[in-house]
Amino acid sequence: MGWFIKNFSSSIGKKQIMAITGLIFCTFLTTHLLGNLSIYGGKGSFNSYAEHLHSLGVLVNVAEVFLIIFAALHISMAVVLYFQNLSARPVRYVKKKNAGGRTISSTLMPYTGLIILIFVIAHLINFHFADHTNQTIFDIVSNVFSNPIYVISYVFVMIVAAFHVKHGLWSAFQTVGANHPKYMPFIMAISLIFSLIVVVGFASIPVYIFSSI
Amino acid sequence: MSMNLNLTLKVWRQKNSNDKGHMETYEARDISTEMSFLEMLDVVNEKLALEGKEPIAFDNDCREGICGTCGAVVNGIAHGPQKATTLCQLHMRHFKDGDVIYIEPWRSKAFKVVKDLIVDRSAFDKIIQAGGYVSVNTGQAPEANNIPISPEKAELAMDAAACIGCGACVAACPNASAMLFVSAKISHLALLPQGKVEASERTLSMLRKMDELGFGNCSNERECEAVCPKEISIANIARFNREFIKANLGSTVE
Repeated sequence: MGWFIKNFSSSIGKKQIMAITGLIFCTFLTTHLLGNLSIYGGKGSFNSYAEHLHSLGVLVNVAEVFLIIFAALHISMAVVLYFQNLSARPVRYVKKKNAGGRTISSTLMPYTGLIILIFVIAHLINFHFADHTNQTIFDIVSNVFSNPIYVISYVFVMIVAAFHVKHGLWSAFQTVGANHPKYMPFIMAISLIFSLIVVVGFASIPVYIFSSI
Repeated sequence: MSMNLNLTLKVWRQKNSNDKGHMETYEARDISTEMSFLEMLDVVNEKLALEGKEPIAFDNDCREGICGTCGAVVNGIAHGPQKATTLCQLHMRHFKDGDVIYIEPWRSKAFKVVKDLIVDRSAFDKIIQAGGYVSVNTGQAPEANNIPISPEKAELAMDAAACIGCGACVAACPNASAMLFVSAKISHLALLPQGKVEASERTLSMLRKMDELGFGNCSNERECEAVCPKEISIANIARFNREFIKANLGSTVE
């Protein structure tokens, strides 16, 4: 057991925990998006998707517990790495320029991550912990997105999430060692395409609901 | 065609590792565009010496871009604006008359400033001592062609072995991580049959030493690769990550 703790608390070990949990969140985003898109089939289609999902019963709870564990791992590693990285350079440069490696997306990772965390909490309060007794999930969604402030902030956060995913996805592959001259251009392209799918897919929903009310 | 430049230098001056240090401004007059960056500093230092002032201390040795001794962050970029070039091979023709040039030492918790632009890079030596070698029993030299190595593997190993250990990767990394350096050393040994034998012990022990010395964590910002004078690729970092998985989960080494 000693080796397990020692290796997973090493710099690469921590990064690989970040990478694996990050990749799991990418697959979660995919299923979440596919489910959400059922809203374009109308009220009935969306409510029926929600019903079918919840008919899985205890499986949903198990998935939720795992998502919370992965989130706790991803966030705690992020916090530890962030502060370790800050302390690795106690004296800053007077003048520092990017040499061409960094992107907006990679530079902002800790901050986009923080915004996503705040969003997820608000998102759960808005929908998951909303009062489901007298209203269907479609009613809740329509209610929330009748407020332009919610629409704008949801769209903003989806843009933020796309930036996080664009660096995060290829970076996760690199961190688990999946860098290959033949596949790397493909992985980079997938990261960009996936981040665009995230922003267009998720952000279109509040805009669609708002405009159709 | 050769031209002469007048430049303003903003240089980090620090008496010793305990001194707080500060930026100081110098005028560099009549600098030929054919000079290297270090020759420009030599000219400034000669003037300082004649004025009875302390010359700017900087590390250098071969001045051919192969030893890895020189290096400073010039205008915010390790080894200056020219790609795949050490500071000694950076020429003044890449600057314009009237330019203001910021010159700072490598910044990292693991590299203490010794004086001015000179930093102590013995942390790299400690990482090499932790496993950057192949154990060979003494005796007759083995026949060189006994173990066949594919040209592809030999090339990859040579590309990694091109690392001169200058420390620019650490200086450029937003996290002051040494992953590019360590991964280059891990790679050039792990790619060859002689190095494979000790790969797992080496990977874990060099990684632990790197962490212990206070280098940051890699977040794939790719700044290291962008400033590396030998253009070492981050594909080596991925190989290091793979070697870690092999050592961590696929070997009996603890």
